[in-house]
Amino acid sequence: MSDRLYRWDLRASPYLYIAPFFVLFAAFGVFPLLYTAWVSLHDWTLLSDEHPFVGVANYRELFGDPYFWNALGNTLSILVLSTVPQLLFALLLAHLLNRPLRGQTFFRLGLLLPNVTSVVAVAVIFSQLFGRDFGLINAILESLGAGRIDWQNGTASSHVAIATMIIWQWTGYNSLIYLAAMKAVPRDLYESATLDGATGLQQLTRITIPMIRPTIIFTVVVSTIYGLQVFAQPQLFGGGGPTGITGGNDRQFQTLSLYLYEHAFTNGFQFGYASATAWVMFAVIVLGAGLNYLFVRKIRSTS
Amino acid sequence: MRRVLAPLLALCLLTSAAACGSEAAKDEKVKLTIGLFGDFGFKPLYDEYKATHPNIQIEERVSEYAAHHQNVTAHLATNTGASDIEAIEVGYISQFTAQPGKFHNLLDLGAGNLEGKFLPWKWQQGLSGDGKSLVGLGTDVGGMAMCYRNDLFAQAGLPTDRDAVSKLWPTWADYVKVGKEFKAKRPEAFFESSGNMFRAMVEQGSQGVYDKQNNLVVDSNPGVRAAWDTSVDAINAGMSAKLTAWTPEWTAAFEKGSFATIVCPAWMTSYIQTNAKNASGKWDVAAVPGGAGSMGGTHLTLPKQGRHPKEAYELISWLTAPAQQAKVFKATGNFPSAPELYSSPDITGFTKDFFNNAPIGRIFSDSAKAVKPQYMGPRTGDVFTAIGSGLGRIENGQQKPDEAWKQVLSDVAKLK
Repeated sequence: MSDRLYRWDLRASPYLYIAPFFVLFAAFGVFPLLYTAWVSLHDWTLLSDEHPFVGVANYRELFGDPYFWNALGNTLSILVLSTVPQLLFALLLAHLLNRPLRGQTFFRLGLLLPNVTSVVAVAVIFSQLFGRDFGLINAILESLGAGRIDWQNGTASSHVAIATMIIWQWTGYNSLIYLAAMKAVPRDLYESATLDGATGLQQLTRITIPMIRPTIIFTVVVSTIYGLQVFAQPQLFGGGGPTGITGGNDRQFQTLSLYLYEHAFTNGFQFGYASATAWVMFAVIVLGAGLNYLFVRKIRSTS
Repeated sequence: MRRVLAPLLALCLLTSAAACGSEAAKDEKVKLTIGLFGDFGFKPLYDEYKATHPNIQIEERVSEYAAHHQNVTAHLATNTGASDIEAIEVGYISQFTAQPGKFHNLLDLGAGNLEGKFLPWKWQQGLSGDGKSLVGLGTDVGGMAMCYRNDLFAQAGLPTDRDAVSKLWPTWADYVKVGKEFKAKRPEAFFESSGNMFRAMVEQGSQGVYDKQNNLVVDSNPGVRAAWDTSVDAINAGMSAKLTAWTPEWTAAFEKGSFATIVCPAWMTSYIQTNAKNASGKWDVAAVPGGAGSMGGTHLTLPKQGRHPKEAYELISWLTAPAQQAKVFKATGNFPSAPELYSSPDITGFTKDFFNNAPIGRIFSDSAKAVKPQYMGPRTGDVFTAIGSGLGRIENGQQKPDEAWKQVLSDVAKLK
């Protein structure tokens, strides 16, 4: 009897231990996700008590809206402009920090500092730096004779400004992850490479990068997911008010999240339409992350 | 009730029973929350009120203009989360007077006898469509004037005396003409944002962006198109500083003195004063082109969710009473909606050093008295934002005026 109970305990207890996470995830993750799908099939505004079923009308309207495609394009552009330099810088920084250095803890802490700063603070400071009339960056450009740039009003310039904020905030974080992975690479590989006369750069591309590929895949996927959801940086860059939500007068830096927010909260609380946007965003993120995963994996098999 | 009484009762038992009794209910603390956007200058008034109403506690919740109104809408829709008292700006008031069931009817609470205290059109704006319920009591009105930098005017060879400046621009076309003269001499911009100037022009008309049946008339009201054309003319002459109101760049521009004039509803004076601390005496106030008009202004409302309508009503009727409105005006510049003050020497004689001792009390009184009331539709604030973006696209060379206008029309048509 007690033997059977013991065996049952062995088999069931692990499930019990992991249950809290899955129960919470079901309540706060799965349920909202499915409920959003349900809402997206209705003409659901917060201001009215009736929510008629409209099928895929919200999705049809969404795909017919040029502002949606504009937002998607902006999001992808900012994603590329922020993620690629960010991960390259991170890799380089991690490689430099992987050498015998004095004050390692100091440098590692320093890397993480931008990441622990609040997004809002970062966005506000950078918006001032990128200011048209009184911004520091324009003052420097002007003193170099390059002329002022209206950062906010150009499409490319505003994307660069927003990407800079993201790069500044996330490079250190990613390089710490890379650094941790690099520490696990056997030292003797480097020693024999050094004996064979390989340069630092060769060691980075031939030993380090192939050895830490799973970590690179992880950071690429995570950065893609984050990059497709940027909200605070463009919103505050636009001044925080209604022009922030539309991403400038010409919607030149409105991202998908801002587009969703515009319909959910400033444009008549159209929750049905906003839910449809959320699901399309979800699909875009899954697709983007999946493509990037395949892309990074492909590099592994060729090198 | 029980929650409050239980500790009181416990207190009675702990101390001497004699001190307590029937008095307990009277001393019950009532906490009133009041939701505002920006600084209304109410803080010193709360202390004054609490001195005569010891059982009232007041908690102020301040958020940003657009966010505040969104939150109020959401809280009313979901029947939860609203403050006892919510401030509603005039650009949004019609959206809320259209659903009087969500608010306590102030007429039932005894507001009927206050009607004579307010400007008739201000009172009207707070009424529901059928006139049977009063949703809000008026605080300030945005009587318009034009604030200008007299030092920049002098450098451009323009008159600096406020009466002479007022005579320069009876109409907006004259204003643009003066701007061209100014631009011929000075590198600074003539005004900060064309959207602001556009809004002033439209709000002076007898009809704005909605008709009385709440239909959008952006494309059919000739006044709107005329205001658009005048703004475009000014933009093409390079007069705009191309700023978006309320952004950090806009705020900084006051301090740097990079533009010469700004449409100045009474409440704007306090923004100029805080943003351009170094420019005391350099700013002055003249009449606004195109006659009187009102821009902005607020009502205080009592959402139905509030559980202390009687106490809350008592507070807002006190806050909006002429005596308190006069105090708020002197502290912040928000101009009273109580016409009896417009002839009181206390107000008409009020001047401000910062504005070169301009008699702002008299200027804004004259302006407020001459206002022709305009009907505000449900999404007026959002319509102006969409048009402002359109003008911004022209300013930044992203679109030609015709393209911008077309996009504005399709954008406002989507506002539901």
